[in-house]
Amino acid sequence: MTAIQTVELVKRYKELTAVDGLSLEVEQGELFSLLGVNGAGKTTTIKMLSCLAQPSGGDAFVGGYSVTKQPEQVKRLISVSPQETAVAPNLSVQENLQLMCGIHGLSKEESKARIGELAAKLKLQQVLARKAGKLSGGWQRRVSIAMALVSRPQILFLDEPTLGLDVIARHDLWEMIRTLKGETTIILTTHYMEEAEALSDRIGIMKGGRLLAVGTAEELKRKAACDDFETAFVSIVREG
Amino acid sequence: MTFARRCAKEILRDPLNLCFGLGFPLVLLGLLSAIQANIPVSLFKIDALTPGITVFGLSFMTLFSATLVARDRESAFLQRLYTTPMRGVDFIMGYMLPLLPIALGQTVVCYVCAAALGLKFSVNVLYAVLGNIPMAVFQIALGLMCGSVLGVKQVGGICGALLTNLSAWLSGVWFDLDLVGGAFGKVADALPFVHAVQMEKALFHADWSAAAEHVLPIAGYAVLAAVAAVWMFLRQMKKQ
Repeated sequence: MTAIQTVELVKRYKELTAVDGLSLEVEQGELFSLLGVNGAGKTTTIKMLSCLAQPSGGDAFVGGYSVTKQPEQVKRLISVSPQETAVAPNLSVQENLQLMCGIHGLSKEESKARIGELAAKLKLQQVLARKAGKLSGGWQRRVSIAMALVSRPQILFLDEPTLGLDVIARHDLWEMIRTLKGETTIILTTHYMEEAEALSDRIGIMKGGRLLAVGTAEELKRKAACDDFETAFVSIVREG
Repeated sequence: MTFARRCAKEILRDPLNLCFGLGFPLVLLGLLSAIQANIPVSLFKIDALTPGITVFGLSFMTLFSATLVARDRESAFLQRLYTTPMRGVDFIMGYMLPLLPIALGQTVVCYVCAAALGLKFSVNVLYAVLGNIPMAVFQIALGLMCGSVLGVKQVGGICGALLTNLSAWLSGVWFDLDLVGGAFGKVADALPFVHAVQMEKALFHADWSAAAEHVLPIAGYAVLAAVAAVWMFLRQMKKQ
């Protein structure tokens, strides 16, 4: 079943075309990575799919709803963990999660149960009482993802979730993202090759707003006739 | 209310906010009272000074609301919330409502401290506290406007330094505006600060007819600022 479909999606900012005729399909439960160098159009694509930016042309369907015509319905299905950590710094981790529970209309009892569930799943128990702004970058990203999961979204957008993290924090976060695979459709943007290869069911390579290639890491390597993914990526981007 | 509670916590848990918002007006109250004790100046008599100090203190509400909105924009916290079912009105009320009791609390603390310095307490204090509401709305709305278009650093400079100083100079708290007169006096008269101080003084002395003379310009500015703040916030929300 298709979770996301984009049809000739375009986003223009004055002279700049950030996304140029993007057409792709993502299946339910899939972890799909958008990979590309800076300015490839990954974040703009996520912004359009999450109703943060209005497309200049084409359309996208999330859970069957149009992002241009039915944004309210789309917002009920999705959640976003932005590139920046996006937590309330003077609130504790527990209060940050309570805030998201309140916004999504969960009762006190439901909130307590949901926070307990997320804390266990994302191993947040030890930091629940700490101020979010005082946590390390890795923990803040983890909290950010937990906040995005409060509403049990069908589709989760993770925009550069490991940007700026050290190797250990990055691997911890990968482990966490793997636990979400299957039950939630995940769209992840990254410019780390190893991240896309390690986590994704399929990868879409973008450059200059265009989708150059889509496939599994193995398919992309075969397409570029390369043994390692990084070389395959460079080859596809250079040819594109 | 969930979002409003969060905003209140963010403001009240910031030690700098408490320091400047509460500490600074109280220090000025103490300092100018000490000057008055040694060199008597009618402007700095405790019953003339305190109402002015409470109005000056409200200028920090602009700094608080502008900083909070600007920080939420820059950290992508707002972007995260824009993908939830929250509506424009939820954001605006969430930012504005918690600051109103904080502003009135600040006014009450100023009067209580002034009582310790010799101010005669009467029921008029209650009228004076309530009389600060329109000016508080103006200052909070001004902050929402600034936070919607400026970054955190710009907010610090413009709302923290420029606006607090301008509102102080143009309010007649520190010096008699009639002594300056000319264009300065005309500009001061066209803005709400001096009217707010005069109305506060009049309410404190239960001089209703004098208070009534200043209601219109303050209420007008409060309504104008609130409408402009809503428009500018919704505009930046749409832009996101």
